[in-house]
Order: sequence, then C-alpha cells, then structure tokens
Amino acid sequence: MNKKVCILDYGSGNVKSVENLVKFLNFDVKISNNETDILEASHLILPGVGSFEYSMNKIKEKIPIKILENEVLSKKKFFMGICVGMQVLANYGYENGKFEGLGWVKGEVKKLQVNNLSLPHIGWNNCDILKNDKIFSDLNDIRDFYFLHSYSVNLENKNNIIATTVYGNKFCSVLKQNNIYGIQFHPEKSQKAGMILIKNFLNQ
Amino acid sequence: MKKRRLIPVLLLRNGWLVQSKNFKEYQNLGNPVTAVKRLSEWASDELIYLDISQDNIYDINRSDQGYPNRKFFLDIISDVSKVTFMPITVGGKISNIKDIENRLKVGADKISLNTKAIYDLNFVKKASKEFGSQCIVISIDFIKEDNEYFIYDNKKRSIIKLDIFDYINKIQDNGAGEILLNSVNRDGTGKGYDIDFYNKIYETINIPIIACGGAGDWFDMFDVFDKTKVDAVAAANIFHYRDQSVFLAKKFLYEKNINVRKPDLLNIK
Repeated sequence: MNKKVCILDYGSGNVKSVENLVKFLNFDVKISNNETDILEASHLILPGVGSFEYSMNKIKEKIPIKILENEVLSKKKFFMGICVGMQVLANYGYENGKFEGLGWVKGEVKKLQVNNLSLPHIGWNNCDILKNDKIFSDLNDIRDFYFLHSYSVNLENKNNIIATTVYGNKFCSVLKQNNIYGIQFHPEKSQKAGMILIKNFLNQ
Repeated sequence: MKKRRLIPVLLLRNGWLVQSKNFKEYQNLGNPVTAVKRLSEWASDELIYLDISQDNIYDINRSDQGYPNRKFFLDIISDVSKVTFMPITVGGKISNIKDIENRLKVGADKISLNTKAIYDLNFVKKASKEFGSQCIVISIDFIKEDNEYFIYDNKKRSIIKLDIFDYINKIQDNGAGEILLNSVNRDGTGKGYDIDFYNKIYETINIPIIACGGAGDWFDMFDVFDKTKVDAVAAANIFHYRDQSVFLAKKFLYEKNINVRKPDLLNIK
C-alpha cells in the first residue's frame, strides 16, 4: 500500500516544520483536517505547540474527532502525537487548571518536577530506551533530541513507556500503546535523530 | 542530561550573509541558504538568524546557486527551514505580535527582541503570554567602559542609561525564556568571551544565558563553558570561516568533557 501521511491541522504553529521533514523524506504528505484525507491516510501525525487547554479547544473545534478515533482506535492506523500532541492523548491535563484530553491513553499531564532547574525544559537531551521498538532502529549512536516543554505525561500503565529522559527527574519521553506513539520532544527539530525516528515510524 | 549548546549566528543584511566587527564594519559572506545548509550538516544545535538591514531591500542577487532570489526576509527564513531541521531563532525588525506570528509561521521556533524590549517592556510580557516563554529570547548588546557594564543601542549607536542588571531581572520577571548577551567590545575581535560578566549575571537570574562575542578559537568556548554556567555559546565569524567549524568546535569540547552533543557530520539521504 502506498504511504499517505496526514498531518492534522488545528492551527498548531509547527505543522509546517513537520511537513518540511516528511516531504524531505519523500513521503506523500498533506496538512489537513478534512475527513477524506484522514480516511485515506496510512499514517496520522498530530503536532503541537502551546498549552494543553488551547490545543484541546482547537482540536475539538477543527478536527472530526469521532472519525479520527475510528481510524486510530478501531482500525488501528499508525498515529503519532508530538509534544502537546502527545499530551492531549491522556485523560487530563493540569496546565492552568484541570482540562479533559482525548483519553486514548490512561494518564495525566503534570508539570515537570525539576528541583532547582529552570523551566521550560529547553534544549537537547537524551532518551533512555526501555523497550526495543521499530522507531528506534538505527538510533544506537544518537539519542539526543530537542525538547521544549514544561509538562509531561504520567502514564497509568508503565509498560507503555518505551523511553525516558531525565531533567531534574525522570519523565516519559516516548510512549507506545499498540499503534499509537507519543513523542515528547520535537523530532522535526532534532536533525538526523529526528529524521531517522520519523522515517522509522512512516516505514511501518 | 541536558546538553550545552553551540549556536551559529547569521547576520543578514539586505539578503546577504555578512560578517561584522565591533558592530560597524560589514563584509559579505554569501548566500544565507547555502550557509545554513552547511551549518546544519556540521550538526549545529540551533541557529540564530538576525536581520540587521537598515532598509527593507532583500536581494541576494544570485540565481546561480539553485535557490531563487528572495526579496523578503520571511521568504529567506522559509527557504532555510526547508533545508535544515533544527531550532531557529529569528530576530530583527519585530515591533508587534503579528511580526512574531509571521516569523513562526514560516518555520521560526523562537524570536529574539533587542531594542523593542528595552523601550517597551510590556511587549515582552505580552509576547511571552501569547507564545510562551520558550519562544521569547531577549538579545542584549552590552558594552564595558571603565570597568562598568552598560546596555548599548546599536541603532542609535549609544549607551542607554539603564542599569543592566536591573533590566535583566525585569525581562526575566516579564517572561523572557532565554537571554542572548552579546559583547560589543569583543564582537569580531577573537579575544575570548567576557567571563566575568556572565558570572555576574548568574548571581541574579536563573533562565538560560547564551554567551556571544569574542570567540577566537575553540579554547575560548571551552573557557566560558568551564568557568561559567552559560547554557550556550553563540558565535558568527568563527563558524563561517572554517570548514566543518561547528563539528570541530564540538569535538574539541566533547573531548574536554564539556557536556555537549556528540560531534557528528550529517550526510542525510
């Protein structure tokens, strides 16, 4: 089957960067919130920058969630949420109040416990890979990725944490639940490492 | 562990990449897009792109390098983000929220404010609320005279009568995410970074500082990382003149146990 990538468009600032990377890797890609594009896609990506509440409101307003849920949760299409796009997969987020997320994975989004370090967590940090997975292929040597966030997902099912990162304390930097991936860092800004990771995801 | 960063600075003047000395003399270095491609292959950690044009004419005036001539700064940024996949900070000529939006839309991740922040502190607050602190870098040109530090206004070419330490605290309180501190005295001289100043600054604030101005060799970078808490070093000239510059700098630092990303040469595809 031909790969078709749909980057879900709800007004998030970094869609263009994600598209640039997917295009660079020579995949057929669309930025869209259109029903047909979601149905036709083989891989769906939900990017994100900004707060949990803002993103969830925009997602509810712009994206046909029922259709998306049918594709991802029932038909098990490959899905990747990036940064806030990962966080909204959880049940609740606690950024500026308590807000409901999509609830696809059981967990809550809480502020990073960083002791005396500064927030947001900005910069290159490494991932400790806990479980072998296809998206980590060829990433034995390079595991530094670019992070830009103050919150992270606390998963109920720890088995779904496939990589962690330490900033003050350990947090989940990559989650996997069946066909769903959540990536806390920005692969689209992580040069070669990010490129390999996205390529691995799209080659599944 | 979080890594300390090496950040090439690109000065853009009317569509051309230029080198500067003491903020006065400018020398042409060529096409900005090809330069960015190179810097990306040498695995720079981020890029800072500053528009220092005095007017609004952007013409790189060359069509022989495979990239179209771009008349507008935003088009240049848009081209840049198609060939490089790393964080980009864009500065220069930002005077309202729409200016920031337009820069983020074409691929910038952060924006940098200089004199705008000095004369309109409230704008820092507004911008960081709208786009998040992580998006707002405040750039300060500082000058040392008679053992005292001052803020320098590059446009007016004069010292500003504001206490620099007080100002830095204020911008932190107003939501700045990072501070780029550029030494006017050392700009383009290769005399090394102003270590005393960066240590003094860290006595009062805790947001990340990017040290800039004065790098003459890789040892200068080691020195400032070793003796201060700066999160990143930025440099312009030294990164543009040497082949594989960023790679070699990183290798030097990595071998001296500075916590930087592993040096790499990216040959993608």
